[in-house]
Amino acid sequence: MGLPVRDVAGILADNLRLRGSVLPIPARRATAWARGLGIPRGGETVLYTGSMYQLIPYIERLVRLEQRLGNGRLAALTGLARRANRLVNGVSLVARPSAAERREYDRIPANVARLLQRAGVEFGYLYEDDLYSGALAHDLGADAEVAVHAQRVVAAFRKHGVRRVITIDPHTTNMLRSVYPGLVPGYDVRAQSYLEVLAERGPGGTVSGVDEGDGHPAVVAASSPTSETSAARPGRPPGLRVVIHDSCVYARYENVIDAPRRLLGAAGITALEPEQSRTRTWCCGGPAEALFPQTAAAVATQRVAQLQAVAPEGVTMCPICLVNLRKAADGRLHLRDISDYLVSAVAPESGGVAP
Amino acid sequence: MTTAVSAPTERAEQVGEGRVGTVPRAAGAAVLSPWLDRLLARMGPFDADACMSCGICTATCPLGIDVLPRRVLRYAALGLGDQVRAAGDTIFSCLLCRACEVSCPAGVHITEDIRLLRRWLLQEGW
Repeated sequence: MGLPVRDVAGILADNLRLRGSVLPIPARRATAWARGLGIPRGGETVLYTGSMYQLIPYIERLVRLEQRLGNGRLAALTGLARRANRLVNGVSLVARPSAAERREYDRIPANVARLLQRAGVEFGYLYEDDLYSGALAHDLGADAEVAVHAQRVVAAFRKHGVRRVITIDPHTTNMLRSVYPGLVPGYDVRAQSYLEVLAERGPGGTVSGVDEGDGHPAVVAASSPTSETSAARPGRPPGLRVVIHDSCVYARYENVIDAPRRLLGAAGITALEPEQSRTRTWCCGGPAEALFPQTAAAVATQRVAQLQAVAPEGVTMCPICLVNLRKAADGRLHLRDISDYLVSAVAPESGGVAP
Repeated sequence: MTTAVSAPTERAEQVGEGRVGTVPRAAGAAVLSPWLDRLLARMGPFDADACMSCGICTATCPLGIDVLPRRVLRYAALGLGDQVRAAGDTIFSCLLCRACEVSCPAGVHITEDIRLLRRWLLQEGW
C-alpha cells in the first residue's frame, strides 16, 4: 500500500511554495559543509549543491519514521499532517539527524569543492542562496509551483552575477540544464556536472578530450587504469576494482556516462560494468521512495543483486541512488559516492574516505 | 471483401461479407474521444498518440506493471479519463527512469507524458 499521493505531493508542493524546498532544512545546516574551505561568496562560476546531499540524512530519518509507523497508520495521518505543515515546518519537527549522520553526507559537497580546487577551477558558492532546484516537485507534476520556484533560483543567480553553475548531483544538473530553459524566459546560465568539469581537466588537470560545445562529454571508450596512472596516484592501493552504478538521470537524461569512467580510470580505479549499465542502467528505485517505499525497496534489491554479482564494492554518483541502494544492500555491498573515491585518490589528506 | 486499411468510420462501413453498411461498434467504442489527449497536449509536449502499442516499454519497465506505460498512454490518447484516474497509483509509482523511453521505436516521450498525466491528476483533485 502506498501513501495518499495527493496529500504527500501537496505537502511537498506546499513546502516548495512556502519554504523554498520540498524538505526545508535550516540554511546553517545546508551550508555547514563549506565551513573552513575558504570558498568565496557568489561569482560568475559557482558550485551549486541544491542541498541534495545535505537532505539525505533528513530523508533517512523520515523513512525510518515511516517504517516505524507503518504505511497504514501514516496514511491515516497524512491529511492532518498536510494541514499542520502549512503552519509549521513538519520536517524540522520529525526529522532530526545526528551530527554524525549529517557529516556523512556533508562530506560529499566538501569532496567536490576540494577536487575542483585541486584541479584549478575558480568558483564561488551562494551559501544561503544555494536553493533546492525543485526536482522532486517537478517529477510529481507540480509544475505551477516549480515554475514560480525556478524564478526564485534564477533571481538568486542574477543577484550574484552567476553565469555558470557546477552541479554535484544528476537531478540538479537536469533541472538547471534541461528543465529551467523551458521555465524561465531568457535563461542563459550554463550548467555542468562537476564530473564533466573534472573530466575536461582531470583530477590533476590532465584528462582531456571532452567536448565543451554542448556541455556533454564526447563519446569515448571508458578509460581503464594504466600502470602509469595507477602508480601516479597517492593514497589508493593500485588495482582497486569497483562496480559502477549509473544514475538514470545522468545516463539517460543528461548523457553523463563517460566522464565518471574517465575520472575513475585516471585515479587508478577499474570501473566494472554490471549486467545493465550506461544507457541501459537499472533504476535504484529511489524516485518511488516518497510514495511507494515497498516498490522502491524491491527495485533497489534487484539492482543490488546485479551489482553484487560483479564486485563487493560499488560506486554511485547520485545521493538518491546512494541512500536507496545502501539501504537495500544492508551491508552486503559496500557503496560509496564517486567523490569519495576521487578525493582519496588525488588528495587523501583532504578527508576522502578510503573504503 | 475490402482489405484496404482506412479510417475507422469508413472501415466500419465496409467490413462484412462484401456488404456496404454500418457495422455496430462495440459497446462504449462510440464515445471514445481524444479530449484528454488534446488537453494534455496543451499542457506540454504530450505525444502518447505516437505509441504503436508494441509493448517494448512494458517489457523493459523495472516495475513490471502491465498497465505501465503502454495502456496508460492508450487510455489518455483515447480520452478514457476514468481509466486514467483508476491507474493513478500506477502513474505515480513510475520511476521516470526512462528505461522504456530509450527503447521506444516510435520515439514517444514517455516520461514527460507520465509527468503530464500526474499534473492532470493533481489538478483534477484525484
